Amino acid sequence: MNRYGRRTLALELAMIAGALFVAFPVYVLVNLAVRPTADTSSPISPTTSPTLDNFTQAWQQGALGGALANSVLVTVCSVVIVLAVSSLAAYPLARVTAHWARGTYLLVLLGLALPFQLASLPLYQTMRDMGLLGSPWALVLFYSGLQVPFTVFLYVGFLRALPPDFEDAALIDGCTPLQGFRYVVLPMLKPVTATALVLNTVAVWNDFFTPLLYLSGSAQQTLPVAIAGFVGQYVTDWNLIFAALVISVLPVLLLYFLLQRSIINGFAGGLKG
Amino acid sequence: MSRSPHAKRLPRIRQARTTPPWWFALPALLLFAFVVLVPSARGVYYAFTDWDGLDPHFSFVGLDNFSDMLRDADATQAIWHTLLIAVSITVIQNAVGLVLALGVNSAIKSRNMLRVFLFAPAVITPIVTAYLWRNLLGPDGAVNSLLGAIGLNGWEQDWLGDPDLALWAIVGVIVWQFAGYSMVIFLAGLQSVPREVHEAAAIDGAGPVRRFWSVTRPLLAPAFTINLMLSIIGGIKLFDQVYALTGGGPGHATDTLSTLIYKDAFTLGEFGYSIALAVVLTIIVAVASTGQYLMLSRNERATS
Repeated sequence: MNRYGRRTLALELAMIAGALFVAFPVYVLVNLAVRPTADTSSPISPTTSPTLDNFTQAWQQGALGGALANSVLVTVCSVVIVLAVSSLAAYPLARVTAHWARGTYLLVLLGLALPFQLASLPLYQTMRDMGLLGSPWALVLFYSGLQVPFTVFLYVGFLRALPPDFEDAALIDGCTPLQGFRYVVLPMLKPVTATALVLNTVAVWNDFFTPLLYLSGSAQQTLPVAIAGFVGQYVTDWNLIFAALVISVLPVLLLYFLLQRSIINGFAGGLKG
Repeated sequence: MSRSPHAKRLPRIRQARTTPPWWFALPALLLFAFVVLVPSARGVYYAFTDWDGLDPHFSFVGLDNFSDMLRDADATQAIWHTLLIAVSITVIQNAVGLVLALGVNSAIKSRNMLRVFLFAPAVITPIVTAYLWRNLLGPDGAVNSLLGAIGLNGWEQDWLGDPDLALWAIVGVIVWQFAGYSMVIFLAGLQSVPREVHEAAAIDGAGPVRRFWSVTRPLLAPAFTINLMLSIIGGIKLFDQVYALTGGGPGHATDTLSTLIYKDAFTLGEFGYSIALAVVLTIIVAVASTGQYLMLSRNERATS
């Protein structure tokens, strides 16, 4: 059944052709990013005299360094907070069988169905009244709450499939509940924590709508907002814009190809979690 | 003698073991309430007012915002676009994803590399891929150059500037980016199909098509549930790509509920009306997800 015959070869070639089709935009992206503005030949013909000028110019004029630092700050803080509070919350929500626990869990699941568009306008007013607009901390606060339902959902599903015997043993040995959580429950949650880490990091890093509302016009922008502002400012200079796009994509793709196995498992893992 | 205090303590320990303290849930619940629950509830309330977002004085207008919506051609069009985009993405992205997953799950030698490559676009920031495609799909862009290079000059278009094409161009960009995501989820489902079941069916004389339909497809039901749910809800909420590719244009040809909510609130200052649109969006998401959940859980039960 698994012999490598002529049909398998045909399939192999067809799949590679598909992959080239997917890669084509990335080729154009890089091709135009290294091209001097004066070069107006077809976007698909390879650039003859490549230059890195666009990159240095984009880096300086787009303030991309600061935006990159802000994106890292917002993503790291939000993901750490959301993983900490959600795993801690999932412990009683998965283990306690009383009515309040079931009711609370259902309320949290309701959050999965509510689109962020509904909450984001009233919350915008609240953030404005608290003087948090323009601050990356407003975003950290936002994502720490927004990602709770999904993350709690992953943790509760995983915890319910684990036997409670280890925690029980720890409590009988005199652990406080918090120590039991820290030293017994949390280590067992490692696989689902990896999934939640990947999915939350990608979601927060890539988000555009909320930082557009909370940070636009301020000096403290995240990478997606900085890119949007840059495109607005240099509308016609696509070589420069493409250099900025490459700069913003590079860290993500490097990380992806380094950690591809765990990242793909993280995305597929949402299925089992 | 030493046994009696032990025996006395036992019930207390039993109680401790069944209940991790409730306050463990408190930090998460407070954040969730502050960011999601309370603002959503307030949103529903503002949808029945004429609030402009600033003035503390506003009045209750009942269902006016919703009846205005029915008369507002931009709004009804945006609702239609939202549904059209969501359904098209769901169908095309999952069909492509399934074909890719079947290809990558075969005996071909490049399967591991292909899997990594085909998934890569899914991790790139959507706003970035959208700006990339905005150039590629332009009149002098790479897509037209490519069509010209293979002799299809007649197919060259201003893809995003043509009101009849722009919506489909957006759908194409989304499928390009996320078909690999569907593929990975289908692949996880495919790999859970035991090889022996396939071999048994082959020995019984079932061809590849029959084996897919009768053996693989039923076992893929959970992957279908996840994939359809992700793409339809993602399609309904779509904002970033539309904002970057067309900004809702040309005219209002690609406005969706999300772009209209943004424009009405932040360029026109009509917060009440904008939030009423968000309520409609919420209802569509709720109907789509419950409908899909009911249908698919019935299928899963019927086939397993």
